Amino acid sequence: MEIYSLTLTQAREKLARGEITSLQLTEAVLFRINQVEDRIRAYLHLDREGALARAEEADRLREQGRAGDLLGIPLSVKDVLCTRTMPTTCGSRMLENFTPPYDATVIERLNQAGAVILGKVAMDEFAMGSTSENCAFQVPVNPWKEGYVTGGSSGGSAAAVAADECFASLGSDTGGSIRQPASLCGIVGMKPTYGRVSRYGLVAFASSLDQVGPMTRDVADCALMMNVIAGYDHRDSTSINREVPDYTRALVDGMEGIRIGIPAEYFGDGLDPEVERSVRRGIDMLREAGAEIVEVSLPHTRYCVAVYYLIAPAEASSNLARYDGVRYGFRDQDARTLIDMYRASRSRGFGDEVKRRILIGTYALSAGYYDAYYKKASQVRTLITDDFRQAFARCDLLVSPVCPTPAWKIGEKSDDPLAMYLSDILTISANLAGIPAISVPCGFSSDGLPIGMQMQAAHFNEEVLLRAAHNLEQRAGVVGTKPELA
Amino acid sequence: MEFETVIGLEIHAQMKTRSKIFCGCSTEFGAPPNTHTCPVCLGMPGVLPVLNRKVVEFAIKLALATESTINLENRFARKNYFYPDLPKGYQISQYELPIAEHGRIGIEVDGEQKYIGITRIHMEEDAGKLVHDDVEPVSYVDLNRTGTPLLEIVSEPDIRSPAEAAAYLRKLHAIVRYLDICDGNMQEGSFRCDANISLRPRGQEEFGIRTELKNMNSFRNVQLALEYEERRQRDILLDGGQVVQQTMLWNPDKGRTEPMRGKEEAHDYRYFPDPDLVPVEVDEAWIEAVRRDLPELPDIRRQRFMTELGLPEYDATILTASRELADFFEAALAGFANAKKLSNFIGTELLREYGPERITECPVAPAQLARLLAMADEGTISGKIAKTVFVEMLASGTDPDVIVKEKGLVQMSDEGELVALVREIIEANPAQAQQYRDGKTKVIGFFVGQLMKKTRGQANPQLANRLFQQELS
Ligand SMILES: [Zn+2]
Repeated sequence: MEIYSLTLTQAREKLARGEITSLQLTEAVLFRINQVEDRIRAYLHLDREGALARAEEADRLREQGRAGDLLGIPLSVKDVLCTRTMPTTCGSRMLENFTPPYDATVIERLNQAGAVILGKVAMDEFAMGSTSENCAFQVPVNPWKEGYVTGGSSGGSAAAVAADECFASLGSDTGGSIRQPASLCGIVGMKPTYGRVSRYGLVAFASSLDQVGPMTRDVADCALMMNVIAGYDHRDSTSINREVPDYTRALVDGMEGIRIGIPAEYFGDGLDPEVERSVRRGIDMLREAGAEIVEVSLPHTRYCVAVYYLIAPAEASSNLARYDGVRYGFRDQDARTLIDMYRASRSRGFGDEVKRRILIGTYALSAGYYDAYYKKASQVRTLITDDFRQAFARCDLLVSPVCPTPAWKIGEKSDDPLAMYLSDILTISANLAGIPAISVPCGFSSDGLPIGMQMQAAHFNEEVLLRAAHNLEQRAGVVGTKPELA
Repeated sequence: MEFETVIGLEIHAQMKTRSKIFCGCSTEFGAPPNTHTCPVCLGMPGVLPVLNRKVVEFAIKLALATESTINLENRFARKNYFYPDLPKGYQISQYELPIAEHGRIGIEVDGEQKYIGITRIHMEEDAGKLVHDDVEPVSYVDLNRTGTPLLEIVSEPDIRSPAEAAAYLRKLHAIVRYLDICDGNMQEGSFRCDANISLRPRGQEEFGIRTELKNMNSFRNVQLALEYEERRQRDILLDGGQVVQQTMLWNPDKGRTEPMRGKEEAHDYRYFPDPDLVPVEVDEAWIEAVRRDLPELPDIRRQRFMTELGLPEYDATILTASRELADFFEAALAGFANAKKLSNFIGTELLREYGPERITECPVAPAQLARLLAMADEGTISGKIAKTVFVEMLASGTDPDVIVKEKGLVQMSDEGELVALVREIIEANPAQAQQYRDGKTKVIGFFVGQLMKKTRGQANPQLANRLFQQELS
């Protein structure tokens, strides 16, 4: 096996034992990127020189006896995270030439841990989308099948991890943007509890829903990445000051004493039979591992999509108001008046989906509509959170599919925003409730596309998710199966 | 027809915190453009606000001083609109749940005490400034002021005359200065006032159509603008016309209000709770801690000056007009215990030169003033000389003892010394002496005057009187 195909944990062990150097590892990954990037199209920005310099520095540090958790490991990050040394475009023309003068807190944490950040990967513009087709620069392609979507919005991250173009990636999840592409690309993706990971330097889409999380080849890698990125940050008022456990210790064999809830609402109409079969088989494996299975109900599930598509656009309409062409970013140079400059810069700088959501959000907050839309949605959001509270009184985690179907063809749904929004139905409730959730590979469709299982737990109970995901991974035998690329 | 005026004031007070409300940048006034900025107050992508707790403390102070109800859980909201001085495209303010509500402030107008209700007090961030080029049609943006903490204080429409409005404004101004939470500088815009005013037929419950007044950057302008607008609206109504609801700007040069130029768009600010900030939690312990540290407020101090020091209401009101003046007075009182005499001297001699707001600029220290008055009281110098010495002190800041000594202004109270001069004067003015002896005793004033001339005012007047009476009889 090529060293670029190792898991993060394996690569880390080889580095620690001195079997390989970070420079060799980084060169291998860069070679791999050369080999497959034309097919995958994950990287919006690749910093070869910087990466090699960082790798050499990591090797020097290791010689001096220093060892960060990610020392010398090549990673990629979604282009929504601010980086001082690389452009941060959010997949938008609006920020095409924008390099922020600061690092996101999670980037600082990766750097402190010694990671080698290779570059920035593709995403739907401002994280708005479910396929990464809304990226203004390039559309990443599913490594498992040519011409198929990666999912989104963290599609570049998922594709890069699945295609061995990095050992892990950071994504962001506002309504499923980590879990859904992880599922469609056959990797592990976790959305932590809201407040577990700092949002400072994560360019905001919907502030009350956004959360940064790891996208990795396996569950152990996910736990390791969580150890690095989780924790309180005084620069984020919504981050929570609470002790961070060693997540790698959560990977206990066996599911004895764990009760798994199966929400009937998550196995409803529109669920692909292959996906259902695969997930149910996964549930059986968890039962065999010792878990108790119970039926639970989340009665407000049917309102999730409506609630989400009011709250997220409302917040987005305000969060994206700063892109006005005045201080940074795209400005229409031909505009003659201030209002024209605003109008032209925003009309030309933003893509259709972003504009659609700004319009929806502006409408939902407008005088006369606020009570009927935004306020009502906020109230229903409380009911959805209550559903989970009641469910978690009866079980430790909830198991369901991540996405109703496996990956689809690029372009297939891009003219039908409503169909696209409905594909988020199983993932958005975790964001509305602020609970942690993970996507773990559990099988393949008949035409070889990956299928993921979603697990959700109560606030700050990431450990039970990692334990269950680890046990599924052990039994499903999916990890290690790689897409056939060049 | 008789009309009743209805006025409400909206005041923005800049808080004297060292750093801005949501970032660590300095709030100092007058720095080169855009030097007191950081990614947070510049509204860069991905950055987040972190609340400066000092602002909450200041808001609690003001809430307590105005008898307002503090909302133990209050929250920030976004007010959305586009303008180049507003980097995020929204202002972080408070909307549905402000920090305090339902307060009141007592004012005195024509000797009558009245309370003006306070609807709400809320915390928010200030916007930046646009600087327009004098020559080229270019505007620059200076974001130093962006994120400076403000408290907005909205009054109930309880104010019934421009004079009441001015009294309310002065009282609120005194309160924020007493609390030391705002420097109160109206010229620099750290204490800004907008007003709305309407007229209604006396006895009518329903409010008339109102106009909003802006650009009044002094107490005087607030009163003048309201008086002008009151007349303007009354004339319209008496002519059977209708007041147009609009925003008017006060033009101090022309002494009139003018409709704001440009089209006035009906703004929909699309307020919603700011998801980047958690609700502000205030607990009783915090409120109590702030209450314990609260300085004595103007009304209470005024009352104390009356009851403890026996000062008339007029004196007490003047002396408590600013915290600095009241502090000055009390510091001087420590060295000169006659409160009324001290108050008289301050009222006539000191305030003529330095108003209540400018007292800290006065070069005469309270202890120096006390010493001067003590010298006059002991008879070391005459009262008249004391005023002359004070003028000298204001000019140079020198101690009164030094001035009196250097200029030889010590009052002559030595009987032997004076009696010789008295005899000399009587001898030189036989005609007047005869008049006195004939019973025209008023002529004694002439003799004392002569003595004062000879002694350059230093003779003790009581002693001089007695000596002339003695020598002339
Ligand atoms: Zn700042």
